[in-house]
Amino acid sequence: MGKPKGFIEYLRELPLDRPALERIRDWNEFHLHLDEKALREQGARCMDCGVPFCHTGSLINGMAAGCPIHNLIPEWNDLIYRGLWHEALERLHKTNNFPDFTGRVCPAPCEGSCVLGLISPAVTIKNIECAIADRGWDEKWIKPAPPPFRTGKKVAVIGSGPAGLCAAAQLNHAGHLATVFERADRIGGLLMYGIPNMKLDKALVQRRIDQMCAEGVTFVTNTEVGKDFPSRNLLREFDAVILCTGATKPRDLPVEGRHLKGIHFAMEFLHANTKSLLDEKKNGAFISAEGKDVMVIGGGDTGTDCVGTAMRHGCKSLAQLEILPRPPAARAKDNPWPEWPKVYKMDYGQEEAAAKFGGDPRAYLVTAKKFVGDESGHVKEVHTVQIEWKRNEKGQFTAAEVPGSEQVRPVQLALLALGFVGPEQALLEQLGLERDARTNIKAEHEKYATSIRGIFAAGDARRGQSLVVWAFNEGRGAARECDRYLMGSTHLP
Amino acid sequence: MRETRINTTTSPNGWPVKQGLYDPQFEHDSCGVGFVVNIKGKKSHKIIQDALTILVNLNHRGACGCEANTGDGAGILMQMPHGFFKEVSRKEKIKLPPLGDYGVAMVYLPRDPNERRTCETMFENIVVEEGQKFLGWRIVPTDNSTLGATAQESEPFMQQAFIRRDAKLADDMAFERKLYVIRKRAERAIRYGGIKGGHWFYISSLSCRTLVYKGMLLTEQMEAYYPDLKNPAMESALALVHSRFSTNTFPSWDRAHPYRYIAHNGEINTLRGNVNWMHARQAMCQSDLFGDDFKKLLPVINTDGSDSGMFDNCLELLVLAGRSLPHAIMMMIPEPWTNHATMSDEKKAFYEYHSCLMEPWDGPASIAFTDGKKIGAVLDRNGLRPSRYYITTDDMVIMASEVGVLDVPAARIKQKGRLQPGRMFLVDTEEGRIVADEEIKQKIATEQPYRQWLNDHLLDLSSVGEFPHGTELSHNTVLQRQRAFGYTFEDLRIVMAPMARDGVEALGSMGCDTPLAVMSNKPQLLYNYFKQLFAQVTNPPIDCIREELVTSAVTTIGSERNLLKPKPMSCNLIKLHSPILTNEQFAKLKYIRQAGFKSVTLPILFKAADGQAGLAKAMDDLCARASSAVEAGANILILSDRGVDVELAAMPALLAVAGVHHHLIREGTRTRVGLVLESGEPREVHHFSLLIGYGAGAINPYVAFETLDDMIRQGLLVNIKHKDACKNYVKAAIKGVVKVISKMGISTIQSYRGAQIFEAIGLHPSIVEKYFTGTASRVGGIGLDVIASEVQMRHSAAFPDREVNGRVLGVGGVYQWRADGEDHLFNPQTVHKLQSACRNADYKAFKDYSQAVNEQSKKSCTLRGLLELKTGSQPPVPIEEVEPLEAILMRFKSGAMSYGSISKEAHEALAVAMNRIGGKSNTGEGGEDPARYQLEPNGDSKNSAIKQVASARFGVTSLYLVKARELQIKMAQGAKPGEGGQLPGLKVYPWIAKVRHATPGVGLISPPPHHDIYSIEDLAELIHDLKNANHHARISVKLVAEVGVGTIAAGVAKAHADVVLISGHDGGTGASPQTSIKHAGIPWELGLAETHQTLVLNNLRSRITVETDGQLKTGRDVVVAALLGAEEFGFATAPLVSLGCIMMRVCHLDTCPVGVATQNPALRQNFKGDPAHAVNFMRFIGQEMRELMAQLGFRTVNEMIGRTDLLEAREAIEHWKARGLDFNNILYQPKAPEEFGRYCQIAQDHGLEKALDNTALLKICEPALERREKVEASLEIRNVNRVVGTIVGSEITRRYGAQGLPEDTVKVHFKGSAGQSFGAFMPPGLTWILEGDANDYLGKGLSGGKIILYPPEGSNFVAEENIITGNVALYGATGGEAYIRGMAGERFCVRNSGVSAVVESVGDHGCEYMTGGRVVVLGQTGRNFAAGMSGGVACVLDESGNFSQNCNQDMVLLERLEDPAEIEEIRLMIDRHAKHTRSQRAFKILALWEEMVPKFVKVMPKDYKRMLECIRRVEKTGLNGDEAVMAAFEENAKDVARVGGG
Repeated sequence: MGKPKGFIEYLRELPLDRPALERIRDWNEFHLHLDEKALREQGARCMDCGVPFCHTGSLINGMAAGCPIHNLIPEWNDLIYRGLWHEALERLHKTNNFPDFTGRVCPAPCEGSCVLGLISPAVTIKNIECAIADRGWDEKWIKPAPPPFRTGKKVAVIGSGPAGLCAAAQLNHAGHLATVFERADRIGGLLMYGIPNMKLDKALVQRRIDQMCAEGVTFVTNTEVGKDFPSRNLLREFDAVILCTGATKPRDLPVEGRHLKGIHFAMEFLHANTKSLLDEKKNGAFISAEGKDVMVIGGGDTGTDCVGTAMRHGCKSLAQLEILPRPPAARAKDNPWPEWPKVYKMDYGQEEAAAKFGGDPRAYLVTAKKFVGDESGHVKEVHTVQIEWKRNEKGQFTAAEVPGSEQVRPVQLALLALGFVGPEQALLEQLGLERDARTNIKAEHEKYATSIRGIFAAGDARRGQSLVVWAFNEGRGAARECDRYLMGSTHLP
Repeated sequence: MRETRINTTTSPNGWPVKQGLYDPQFEHDSCGVGFVVNIKGKKSHKIIQDALTILVNLNHRGACGCEANTGDGAGILMQMPHGFFKEVSRKEKIKLPPLGDYGVAMVYLPRDPNERRTCETMFENIVVEEGQKFLGWRIVPTDNSTLGATAQESEPFMQQAFIRRDAKLADDMAFERKLYVIRKRAERAIRYGGIKGGHWFYISSLSCRTLVYKGMLLTEQMEAYYPDLKNPAMESALALVHSRFSTNTFPSWDRAHPYRYIAHNGEINTLRGNVNWMHARQAMCQSDLFGDDFKKLLPVINTDGSDSGMFDNCLELLVLAGRSLPHAIMMMIPEPWTNHATMSDEKKAFYEYHSCLMEPWDGPASIAFTDGKKIGAVLDRNGLRPSRYYITTDDMVIMASEVGVLDVPAARIKQKGRLQPGRMFLVDTEEGRIVADEEIKQKIATEQPYRQWLNDHLLDLSSVGEFPHGTELSHNTVLQRQRAFGYTFEDLRIVMAPMARDGVEALGSMGCDTPLAVMSNKPQLLYNYFKQLFAQVTNPPIDCIREELVTSAVTTIGSERNLLKPKPMSCNLIKLHSPILTNEQFAKLKYIRQAGFKSVTLPILFKAADGQAGLAKAMDDLCARASSAVEAGANILILSDRGVDVELAAMPALLAVAGVHHHLIREGTRTRVGLVLESGEPREVHHFSLLIGYGAGAINPYVAFETLDDMIRQGLLVNIKHKDACKNYVKAAIKGVVKVISKMGISTIQSYRGAQIFEAIGLHPSIVEKYFTGTASRVGGIGLDVIASEVQMRHSAAFPDREVNGRVLGVGGVYQWRADGEDHLFNPQTVHKLQSACRNADYKAFKDYSQAVNEQSKKSCTLRGLLELKTGSQPPVPIEEVEPLEAILMRFKSGAMSYGSISKEAHEALAVAMNRIGGKSNTGEGGEDPARYQLEPNGDSKNSAIKQVASARFGVTSLYLVKARELQIKMAQGAKPGEGGQLPGLKVYPWIAKVRHATPGVGLISPPPHHDIYSIEDLAELIHDLKNANHHARISVKLVAEVGVGTIAAGVAKAHADVVLISGHDGGTGASPQTSIKHAGIPWELGLAETHQTLVLNNLRSRITVETDGQLKTGRDVVVAALLGAEEFGFATAPLVSLGCIMMRVCHLDTCPVGVATQNPALRQNFKGDPAHAVNFMRFIGQEMRELMAQLGFRTVNEMIGRTDLLEAREAIEHWKARGLDFNNILYQPKAPEEFGRYCQIAQDHGLEKALDNTALLKICEPALERREKVEASLEIRNVNRVVGTIVGSEITRRYGAQGLPEDTVKVHFKGSAGQSFGAFMPPGLTWILEGDANDYLGKGLSGGKIILYPPEGSNFVAEENIITGNVALYGATGGEAYIRGMAGERFCVRNSGVSAVVESVGDHGCEYMTGGRVVVLGQTGRNFAAGMSGGVACVLDESGNFSQNCNQDMVLLERLEDPAEIEEIRLMIDRHAKHTRSQRAFKILALWEEMVPKFVKVMPKDYKRMLECIRRVEKTGLNGDEAVMAAFEENAKDVARVGGG
């Protein structure tokens, strides 16, 4: 550790974001960068703990505490404090194939369990990670490095989201020929179409894909396995398969009026938006929020992305419903460090809405009860109700409506961001794979082997909806196990 | 036969054989030693009588076992009592020739007449075969009626055999040699010949000059047992006596001293190496004097003897083969000559030359020796044993471990002296004079032109010309090699960077919770299977920091020659200043062309793919090639692993070195070559230590150097050049190795080489026997197959068939937790779970935690994890019937963590918690703020029940001692056994300094040894002292587990400790070198089991409470500990975690963010712990224990103790390495009689009723005690009156607190020789005036009292030139005054922190580690004055102007007395001295005061001065008092360079 008292000397500092009212006029990334001196000081705040909880990656009460891919955070914090960016990048790449992605989109459970967080705001781990990766690109340290040796084994990776990309990259490192199937027109899955451009610039995704291509990974787009490519051919043409198809089945809101026009799942909205953006609006086929009263139902990251996107469309008004109570400003007693901190914070979308319309658009403890349409069958209003959480006789929390709390709000665009309930089943059924009680593909964590020999599963398709960084963890792990399966032993981490 | 104890577990002579974890080879003994001699050689019976009186007066230095009437051994060596033999031989019809023409053997024989007859016949035949005449036997009359049962049972039949010299033998010496041959032959044929009853056979002495009477006796039994000794005809001009204190209670007739030439008080630490080297060397020995007889003498060393016995074996050979006795002694125990500024060149040359012949036998020693004509004594190079002598006007010399052992009227005394470190004291009765050290040595040193010989033949490597060597490598090449040798990023960052940058070893904290190598899932380097041994109790560690002058890293390489025939060419060796060679130095050695040297390089590579078979074959080939190279005349064997590639892997370097070393020892050619290792593998101090310890003469760690180079290239090391980085690295490595050896009490690398001071854990016996012969390995473990596969794993990671994921180093995760790294018991999950359980008082959560820990433990971390509780084997009991939680909690203790290492908040929270549950907290070694003795308003108490007494004695005052319920003597600490505690200057805040009586901002290092404990009898003394200081407190001795700890614990029990604590190696620490944290000591499971087994075998278990600690974390851990033999339990890390510690492992940096291990006020505010959290932890543990006890079927803890039958090794140990472990030794139950108690049931007898305080002083002082009235009295005193005044002092403190009574309330005038620890811990109000002299530890821990000491009236000697008090006076004193008219011994005022003392001369190491007080020396000092002194002031009257040479100026400035106030203060001190002691010297100085002032040198600690100046400066800004001190501290702390304190 370069500076034992750095954490006493320096305060936490993050780069400023672009001003909300300015950034909603374009689709460019909204984060700015810190200068090197400031970054090094931030690195010096790391205490180089004997037990670095940031690097742990465990589940406490179902939430990630620490980094699921075990980024060697104290090591690269120290290295950037010393100005050794190249070495930092090497240490970072040791555990993370795409720190430029996690450095932007990860909710950073590492910071939630940063030991410094016990006494002072956590180290800006995520920002440092991002800075190291960007520096790597700027300095051209990151460049294609094809493996020196080919095993001759071929592996199909189904799905090009974060899990699939990590799996493919790792397999390729180990000398296997990886073919990634993607049903969309572009590679990247959630990274490409799920996360809007202002949060993760698609050019950054593309350059990683280009890098992988140059390293020898084959990408096949517009090809849905099971439809466009017969699933029975998988194990004929490939020595192994890794399924990384994600948990793409959205949770619905089965209320009256759900069928009305103008009510969309968040992913439809976001996907179409990014596609049209990248296609340079050639098709113009996106769902516009312009001039509309928008309601986003669901308070997670996807909900926020919907808010941010709607703001950029120039919506007329915006509200966001969250069924849970508003989290406290600081950790509650039953949510101690190093658990994931359930605290109130404004994300970029809410900041933008607040800047434009005044106030946090989120309404807590509220849910939609029914939609009412106009004569053309288009939604025009939503009826909401307040919720109260009570324990039932079994001690479980259940939601109960508060009588008399109904409200009616005008809405022309409603976006359902209620999370995902599991993987789409068609391909799994075709393959005859066993599934678990939650309809996910059945495969043990750290083993990833499905009920069919030679087929592995990783990411949300196996674990259910989760963080990008868990997908990284699984993709890398599945590649390792696949390598072991193919070769009898493995050097993959 | 009455041998009731003889069964399968005891050897025929009554000694238990190796069983379970007990191994007789670790027995220690120590003792008192003395002699009387008439300088003119006038024989008398009186001398024998006097010697026996001395023996009786040394009784307290010996010991008795479980029976009061069985001693450990006593004996006497004298000149041949010809008159006596003439008289008695007549009765036996033996016709005795004149003195000198016959020899007498003192023989132990079997009691069975038939067996005896066989032995006798064999002996007689050997005498005749050797051409001498056998004259007859005489049965030695004995009376065993006073002997205890154990001694009687093992008592041999005693006879004397008379042998007549054959006329052909030219002289006395030829006859002595012949007798030696007879003895060696007889021993081999009879004692070791396997004949029935042969084990009884032992020859105490066989000589025509000397005779030994000895036995398993108490000192006072000698005369009664051997009526011969009372016979007035028995006359001698000299007599050497010895009283033994052994660590066991087993029969030991032959282990009594004296041996044939010596009696020894001490221990040889380098023994294993010395014996190995002697074994190797004897093959090359030839002697003209012995001729063909020489081979009859082999083996020279009888390895079943004690260390002293083996020393005697070697000395005997050297003397009989032609060297004079003093010469041989000088060879075996050389003075520290390398760093000696003033030693004559001839002497240096002598020592240097002889270092080419033989390594020193190193260890604390006071050896008295005689050949019947000369008698003398010598101390080891450190002077770690006391030896005092009187010379009388009637030509007598009386030398003994203490003064006062013989009454001599004052007027008869001509001189009082002491042996000095490395000095020899010799009386030559033929010449009729005392020969001074200088004279003897100068004479011997100039017998040959040693300097010339050295100049001609000893080649200094630095004088050899440079050779070209390696080129710079690319990063990738280095990386490849690093990976092949298993380097991790941690190795670079944590281990190597500080070495290269600062030239020091990395510090760490919070102990070790990673798996033993044999349980780790990661491939381990072979080094990690070895644990360093260290000295504790029976022998002191060396202080290699403050007493550097005795250490040396110089070694030699090349061929040794005939030890017995020294020639100029014998020193034809290469001299290395350090055993770690840079590439430049190594190239010189490799390409050496100088005459007489030939190097051969042997590769130590094998085909990785061939695995075990390949490795085994490669080892065999290597040994064969080594043999042929030696045959072909090579004398430098270079083992090299250069050339590792895709196919070839390096053999573990340690395996190669140790394998070749032992192979050549077995072949008898080892001393013909030097072993040099060129390897990429070693990089840490532990690696170097092992390689040297197993025989490497020099090591070139080339990848380590490449790594430094690469780190510089990468920017991981900045602002340093490669050359400097290497230099620093080598320096740090050497310092580290010297520290490792000093922990074992060894001072020179030369005698450490091959000394094998390690214990293997997890190696299969087959490996150990073949490659590491003689090393302890008690739980079995991996074989060559696993060793090979670990190499393969590293190799394939470095040369993968497919390269993946970039080429970077692995994480390691040994020092800091890493997901992909080594397992840790405290990891994110367990820390979190424990904290939430304790904070929320949630037992269910605690069970989660304990399950997680136990699982982890089972998987890979601990030995106990591999043991299963046998719940089915006895019926369970309902939990309600298990003894209540409260009863269990009383057995719990919190670990010793000093106030200073942890914050006030954390320290007090622990104390409150432990007091709430009825357990005991521990002060640690940093003292305690007296404010904590007041109860809190809510009834809580912050007073720690256990007060620790560690080597620095911080804050150990009479009050501190009186306020304890238990006093713990910390002999060692798990995280750094053999080293002193460290508190970095950063953490010595003003409030810490105050409690410790030290200077703020100055780092504190505790001395490695207690300077009042260099041996077991010293420990007994300190236990006795402390019991005197507070008879209500239990006395506990803290040891750290290592092989042999059970034997030490037995000694501790015999020394009357009430509790012995066996700490595991893994315990926490505030600051310690990483090497020590990771590699010293062993798990408590082994140490505890060994201790319990040994104590039961000795029938001592019932008298001592056994406690254990070391990463105890769950109820299951505690239950396992109880089943292995513990009845009390300590916890440290876990309760700290419950209070908020999150295992930052930065305690040493003062940056603990949660306020636990920091003194920084801002960080302390973050402390969120509450005593309730620790209470919850303890209760949870207790609760969990009760549940397990119910399942196991125990109602009380006492029932469980030692019940190893309820433990078993887990059946399905699937671990690829751990499955080779063998738990039989751990689970062994010694077969001792039923009536031997298995837990503590009998209170120790401390014998306080015999104390002078109890017999007289308390009564005398009653008016003062009760009514504060003045008291004056006079008393006679003798050396057996020890610790005089301490009980009275404790009563005063109990009644009147720290301030005691007004000055001089009690004045007692003593006359005579005071025993040890006179006036220890005396509080204010007591004035002890001693007219006579004092032994060691005068005024130990003085707490405000006053001591005045002057020679008796009527003395004719010059007071200031004669010794008046022994070693280590005023050790750890915190206040009071002392006036000493005369010379004091070594280590005067060590760790003084408050006493004002005046003395007229002091020995070596005066004022060492002093942190306060004022010392005036009115004359000469010894060497190394003021080493480590960081506070207080000393003034030395330096009339001869040589003081600066004797002063260690690392930490002090030498100034003149200038400040008038100060001059006046000193004058007043001298004035008081003159008044109190009537010192002529003081009167003279005062009379010439103005003239004298400029001759005083003021010794001013630099840090203290800076702090004082700083305070003065800030005071000018208006601050005062504590504020000023704090401001000064902060200013000081900014100057990072100054706060290291190292």
